[in-house]
Amino acid sequence: MAPAQEATRWLSWIGTVDHKRIGILYMLTTLFFFCLGGLEALLMRIQLSWPGNGFLGPQAYNQVFTMHGTTMIFLVVVPLLLGLANYLVPLMIGARDMALPRLNAFSYWVFLFGGILLYLSFMSGFAPDAGWFSYPPLSDRGFSTQHGVDYWALALLGIGVGTIGTAINLIVTILNLRAPGLTIRRLPLFVWMTLINSLLIIFAIPALNSALVMLLMDRQLNSHFFTNLGGGSPVLWQHFFWSFGHPEVYIMVLPAFGIISEVIPVFSRKPIFGYAFVAASTVAIGILSLGVWAHHMFAVGLGKPWDFAFGASSLLIAVPTGVKVFNWIATMWGGSLRFTTSMLFAIAFLFSFTIGGLSGVTFAAWPLDLQTTDTYYVVAHMHYVLFGGTLFAVMAGLYYWFPKISGRLLSESLGRLNLALLFIGFHMTFFIQHFLGLDGMPRRVYTYPDLPGWKWMNLTSTIGAFIMGLSFLVLFWNVIVSRRSGKIAGDNPWDAWTLEWATSSPPPEHNFDAVPPVHGPRPLWDLAHPAGERA
Amino acid sequence: MHLSSLNPASPEAASILDLWNVTMWICGSIMTIVTVALLYIVFRFRARSAAEPAQVAGNKRLEIAWTVVPLLLVLLLFVLSIRTTGAVFDHAQQIPDIIVTGHQWWWEIYYPAANAYAANEVHIPVGRDILVGVEAADVIHDFWTPQLGPKVDAIPGRRNLTWIRADQADTYRGFCAEFCGNQHAWMQFRVVAQDAGAYNGWVARQAQPAAPVSGKDDAALGSVLFRRRTCVNCHNISGYSSQQQYAPDLTHVASRKMLAGERLENTPKNLRDWLHDPNSIKPGCAMPNLKLSDEDLTQLTAYLETLK
Repeated sequence: MAPAQEATRWLSWIGTVDHKRIGILYMLTTLFFFCLGGLEALLMRIQLSWPGNGFLGPQAYNQVFTMHGTTMIFLVVVPLLLGLANYLVPLMIGARDMALPRLNAFSYWVFLFGGILLYLSFMSGFAPDAGWFSYPPLSDRGFSTQHGVDYWALALLGIGVGTIGTAINLIVTILNLRAPGLTIRRLPLFVWMTLINSLLIIFAIPALNSALVMLLMDRQLNSHFFTNLGGGSPVLWQHFFWSFGHPEVYIMVLPAFGIISEVIPVFSRKPIFGYAFVAASTVAIGILSLGVWAHHMFAVGLGKPWDFAFGASSLLIAVPTGVKVFNWIATMWGGSLRFTTSMLFAIAFLFSFTIGGLSGVTFAAWPLDLQTTDTYYVVAHMHYVLFGGTLFAVMAGLYYWFPKISGRLLSESLGRLNLALLFIGFHMTFFIQHFLGLDGMPRRVYTYPDLPGWKWMNLTSTIGAFIMGLSFLVLFWNVIVSRRSGKIAGDNPWDAWTLEWATSSPPPEHNFDAVPPVHGPRPLWDLAHPAGERA
Repeated sequence: MHLSSLNPASPEAASILDLWNVTMWICGSIMTIVTVALLYIVFRFRARSAAEPAQVAGNKRLEIAWTVVPLLLVLLLFVLSIRTTGAVFDHAQQIPDIIVTGHQWWWEIYYPAANAYAANEVHIPVGRDILVGVEAADVIHDFWTPQLGPKVDAIPGRRNLTWIRADQADTYRGFCAEFCGNQHAWMQFRVVAQDAGAYNGWVARQAQPAAPVSGKDDAALGSVLFRRRTCVNCHNISGYSSQQQYAPDLTHVASRKMLAGERLENTPKNLRDWLHDPNSIKPGCAMPNLKLSDEDLTQLTAYLETLK
């Protein structure tokens, strides 16, 4: 290829408005940030290997844990799921592209620049160190005198704008560009969950963005939104932040539920059990998630009416989440299970996420929260939800859709090694942290006293983290090798039923030469079984 | 294993443990059902042929059952939580026995009835509910004694109330549980539960001014240094110098078990090391390195050791 053509090839990625390319850009960018966030996690675990370790000082540790949380939430999980939706939603609904391709490109680039801005803070000499939640007064100028928090707020503003743009785009796309016959009640569940997820983003992120502006004004213009002087209140920030922050948890989890709801039926060779219940429980989660935020604030001392109301709503949200787990299990029941790596990850998800969901119930019963909050018990819980939950689902999705995206299958044997290492490392790292928290170890500490048991529990956790690190090296190796010389996938390697499998792998720029007719939620099954066998 | 928050020493923490046990039974049963079901499915429904299985798409009765049963379970937890809230928080008293104030990175302890100050060491009488007022001087902190009672945030500009109680004379650990900056890790404290006599004696002694020193020995020279070397700008020693509680009260510092938020045992050598370079022991802490000479260190340590 001539040098000029080579240059154009790279440039075409910058100018692209193709949803598939933007989706890939999202995924590669989040992979890069995932490596950074993962390294930060390993630094933290090294520091905590034994009591009194001097590997990182408190200032460095606080920057690292702030950046780890911020990176994983804003630069990895949310944009990774949006990137996946970007790639898949138009294909799954038989559309040519997203409804607003230029907005799509804009959203991606704003997100990328936000991410870069966040990491530029290191070059200013001081990364943000007030936690991913940046509670004032600690995040005010009086106590965070460096510019880290300013970088943090500006970066999140940019990322937030990008996220809202993508959410609007997905909603418009799903509502307007569905193939003929693909009614709302026939939408693949991944699309359903993406739709609810996008609506949640539109409700939740603006609360964060407004609060970020107020925080910046407090820091730069001497306003007093969050200081007691002049009638402000530090508790106000917590309300704003968590009224974004808890829907955010579901923003990070709903699309993962969507992935699982695609993978499990295909590899069980059965339709999803209770399609309507799974979809409706998603709506219930979406609505309830807007009214549970103060369960992050039970220790604030808001008073009994708050505790009762938010305890009740938080207990309630466990129900639609539980319904999903039962439906996935019922989908597998009586099926003909194919244990591909993707399916194994989905099963690992079911096991790990259920632990995370149930430990979540122990916070909703608010008197228990007053013992467990802000300890390692929470660290364990939230990693069971976001890692054992979302990330395992993303892995299931990666092994499932990689052939569609690249045209080649990932290696199953490397995949199993990847899964085994990740599963062992994950539980080794995080299960033990429940006990550390119950024994009183607070979160966000750069070191801890040498109390009975704390040393070996922390060391075990650190070793587990390195096993997870190893599992990701296996994954990267798998992706690199399989992309070059993996088995050719063909259009539909899994014999799946949704529209993305009705086109070539990878799909052409225009996605479909002809979209097959849609008469139900499983168009390709219907094509293969025309005699009314459809469910 | 005796995990401290599950090893209550007070009725408040015990009633939380009761709720915990019920919750664990419920969650544990569900987890067991899910795990057993998954294992059974994995072995029983492994693909044995290429034939497609029966295409069952749902069952309304089952769906309703596994919606309603969890609903009833969370309703039970809701009712039990309300009951526990009553047991932990419903007391008539409104005036705190002790006021603790979180500072970066130490706890100021004040006994209003005796007008006595201490730091990082809370003494309580055994077998009595003690109402603690929790405040903050700078950023948000959180007062937590896992065995004695629930967490409560210390928030600038407001006073939260919480109950602690110990039914056994013992020493209990306490932590700051809200991230508060550099030395959040070493913002620990201890609660010493004593029988009424010992407790009253301790409070009475804390309320006394410091014993005066005189003469030309190290301690007396140290007391002069205390004023000259700016220690006095932050630390109070009642009866000798008067200062607000910007830093831990030193009137009876030598009577304490630990130094620097449980970072060091309170021995003359550790105290000397601390005075020599606080930031090497607790990086980021507010106390500066005063570049004290060996002689200064000896004299200041000697003086502080007299403050029993």
